[in-house]
Amino acid sequence: MTVIDLHGVSRRYDAGPPALDDVSLTVAKGEAVAILGPSGSGKSTLLNLVAGLDRPTAGTVTVDGVRVDRLSEAAAARFRRERVGLVFQFFNLLDDLTVADNVALPAQLGGMTGREARRRATELLTALGVDRHADAYPGRLSGGERQRVAVARALVNRPALLLADEPTGALDTASGAAVAQLLRDLHADGQTIVLVTHDAALAGSCATRTVRIVDGRVASDVTAEPVR
Amino acid sequence: MSALGRVVRGGIRRRRVQVVVIALTVAMAVTAAVLGGSLLVASRAPFETAFAAQRGAHLTAWFDAATVGPDRLSATGSAGGVTAAAGPFPTASLAATLDGNTLPPMALVGRATPDGDVDAVTLTEGSWASGPGEIVLSADGPRLRLGTRLTAPGLSGSPTLTVVGFARSVSRTADAWVVPDQIGTPAGYQMLYRFAAAGTAGEVSAGGTAVTAGLPDGALTGTQSWLTVREEAVRMIELFVPFLTAFGVLGLVMSVLVVGNVVAGAVGAAVRRIGVLKAVGFTPGQVVRAYVWQALGPALAGVVVGVVAAHLLAVPVLAQAEEVYATTPLAVTPWVDAAAVAGALGVVALTAWLAALRAGRLRTVDALAVGRTPRSGRGRWATRLAARLPLPRPVGLGLARPFARPARALAMVAAVAFGAAAVTFTVGLSASLRQVQVTRDHGGDVVVDARAAGSPGEPGPAGKPGEPGQGPGGNRGPGGPGRGPLDADPAAVAAALDAQPGTAAYHGLAETDAKVAGLTGSASVLVVTGDAAPFFHLVTGRWCDAPGEAVVPTPFLTATGTRIGDTVTLETARGAVPLRIVGEVFDTHDEGREIVTPAAATGPLALQPEEYQVAVREGTDPAAYATDLTAAVTALGLTARPGEPDELEATLAINALTTMLTLLLVVVAGLGVLNAVVLDTRDRVRELGIHKALGMLPRQTVTMVLASVVVVGLAGGAAGTPLGTALHALVVPAMGDAVGLNLPPAVLDVYQPLALVPLTLCGLVIAAAGAALPAGWAARTRVVTALRTE
Repeated sequence: MTVIDLHGVSRRYDAGPPALDDVSLTVAKGEAVAILGPSGSGKSTLLNLVAGLDRPTAGTVTVDGVRVDRLSEAAAARFRRERVGLVFQFFNLLDDLTVADNVALPAQLGGMTGREARRRATELLTALGVDRHADAYPGRLSGGERQRVAVARALVNRPALLLADEPTGALDTASGAAVAQLLRDLHADGQTIVLVTHDAALAGSCATRTVRIVDGRVASDVTAEPVR
Repeated sequence: MSALGRVVRGGIRRRRVQVVVIALTVAMAVTAAVLGGSLLVASRAPFETAFAAQRGAHLTAWFDAATVGPDRLSATGSAGGVTAAAGPFPTASLAATLDGNTLPPMALVGRATPDGDVDAVTLTEGSWASGPGEIVLSADGPRLRLGTRLTAPGLSGSPTLTVVGFARSVSRTADAWVVPDQIGTPAGYQMLYRFAAAGTAGEVSAGGTAVTAGLPDGALTGTQSWLTVREEAVRMIELFVPFLTAFGVLGLVMSVLVVGNVVAGAVGAAVRRIGVLKAVGFTPGQVVRAYVWQALGPALAGVVVGVVAAHLLAVPVLAQAEEVYATTPLAVTPWVDAAAVAGALGVVALTAWLAALRAGRLRTVDALAVGRTPRSGRGRWATRLAARLPLPRPVGLGLARPFARPARALAMVAAVAFGAAAVTFTVGLSASLRQVQVTRDHGGDVVVDARAAGSPGEPGPAGKPGEPGQGPGGNRGPGGPGRGPLDADPAAVAAALDAQPGTAAYHGLAETDAKVAGLTGSASVLVVTGDAAPFFHLVTGRWCDAPGEAVVPTPFLTATGTRIGDTVTLETARGAVPLRIVGEVFDTHDEGREIVTPAAATGPLALQPEEYQVAVREGTDPAAYATDLTAAVTALGLTARPGEPDELEATLAINALTTMLTLLLVVVAGLGVLNAVVLDTRDRVRELGIHKALGMLPRQTVTMVLASVVVVGLAGGAAGTPLGTALHALVVPAMGDAVGLNLPPAVLDVYQPLALVPLTLCGLVIAAAGAALPAGWAARTRVVTALRTE
């Protein structure tokens, strides 16, 4: 079953060269795909289009059966919270909310009661090994712990797709390795993952398929067994 | 353009919302200040100029000719403290007739010339009386023509007097002048004094004591202070001053709040920019100056708008002053403009400088490192608490926001509080003015008189400036004084009124004019038959129940220098009659020159009713009642018609001005909120992006931003409402003072507890209105853009 279907997608900003130029790509359910490329290659733009954070200038973007490129702002927000989990390079946790409240937030925005959302958050924090920090504020956690919290938040609504943008980019080596292991574990449990990174080693260790983007175009698309 | 100029221009262009907020706030403050200041100056300047030119009398005193002679009175001019004196002039009360109609009694003074060391009256038309048979009338009195011939039955030989001139005495010492010989044997004498010190009532009173020392008891029959005359002359304009002052102060405080908040917010949101400026070589002083000028630029635009608006608004009010003094056209005094402009710019510069000092103190390296990311950590308890509340999550997130930025939230609360205070004050002032209309209007819902049913009313005596052209009885427009008593038997009328369903109360009313010592011109005497008490509002004392007793309005007491318990002598066309004052009533008609007294069985006040005033029961339609009553009293030769409520012209002007100034203040308060929410939204744009990336809908974003001002709105409303009521308690009595009135509780106690609830909630409305625009902007912010702002 196809989770992501990009067809002839272009994204152009102002009069400069396109950030993405006629990209077509499909991702099947259960795949772990790494989008690899140097800085400015267009890989983050591609992720933004898949997440419904941005719209293509041309082409169609279909995710989990939804034409994301046609969605209004409200529908795109609803789409994100129901079908997509986002993990950012700099975590993007809300400093004024506790770890548990950060994780519970997307569930509550989706209408889940506070009690249910916190139960789900506790469940995920336990599973990811950071439950002891549930009542702490993100500022007191290490980078690796913060990224685990961010992953927990991304998974709280049981999304069909997990999108991770340079998830180890702001971490030291040990923490980065731990997060890579976490992504592998999630993939092993059947989670579809799209990972954007410029780190070939991370792509090789976490992904079953690597799509290389150069100057906004797909330069290669290689399927390989992930390193275990 | 210098480097500093470019930075200032760039800062102004980047912050359009803040520019508008500062400009409007300053415009509002300047408008109120210029308007209030101009009216204050304009109200006094013409009087004082004319008073000085005429060497006006600080004290006008009337003496009983039977008790004291002219020689002793002349000697009073050399009493201690007296710098000039004129008189004694013989006086009489003149009840002149014209074509068989009796004119209101006039204070007649015998003077050989209009000149003198005191009260050099100005001839406005014609010439001064050169001999017997000629009379000069006050230019402020009845509008007659030169050459008009009056009969003076009260003077020796009932002479015919020809009007040869019109003159104006700023001191209002007389209604008419003749040569001294014309008066014959005088009833009294008038002395005019100027004192070395006469700036206060106490000083004038002390002067009066000095000149009357040693005179026989009962020699002094009345006095008139120039302060009272001035108060009467300027009262209509001074009525505006207290509330304009209140709005000016509110506007100034709002300016300080808003400018301080804007500049502090601009500094807080541009820390990185400040770092860059310093990194490229700007000194701390230059950085501070740059932010001060970013506030002064829009403030300059605001003062221009404010001055122009004030000049336009002043035109109709100053036009009233022109009418009163018949002087050259009045305009806003330039120094008032200059003072308001300098004051407003000074306040803005000082406030901006204080708020910008932080920019100067910031270390370059810290500024570059910290950038615009707000310090976190404050108000987490509120966030945690809100997360536990059974509320939609966006609401909880919004409710906790003010606690993360307490200083900014407090500034917002203050802005909302002043807006809510202005609304509360205006609602109260409007209610008080409505109550003034109700309580001053002692006419009935229905009037019964001898006129044909449905006839249109004729105008009564000319009203004073700002008063309707009606007789002092309120609804007694048709006819006016001198209509003559009704032929109907009072007992039969009373029986008909008692039998009529819907009758609540009624009384018969007759009116006559009288001269009272201390009052120039005549006073209206309302002679009532039956129970008139329900038609009047007592300020203090008690109602006049018996003949020989009277109640009077505050200005009467002030002008005549009398108090409750004193006795005044009325000189009517039918003879003199003493009345004891037993109460003070609220009445603004005819500048309070009114006396209410029960009809006497005999004597000058034994008057039959000229009409009946009827109050109907609640729920009764006066028009239907009048129709029914007409059917019942037609056989008595009477008819009934609905009363016509009168309205103070000043009420409309005050309501219009307060509403406009309140709207301005509310807009400024809303803009203050808008500015703070814009700053907050910019500070938290990354958080906004995260929320949206996690699936927050646009409407949830709007809800969150609006919820962020709920606490602010409620707190502002809760603080502003008592502030507004306090302002009302301060300003409304001051307005009463300005027109020489003590106000009854019905006018002062206008805030009902239940009515305060919606007034408190108006703070919430102001806050929500201010946050609505930035909430929309926040909802439309693109996630990618927001997330990039790290």
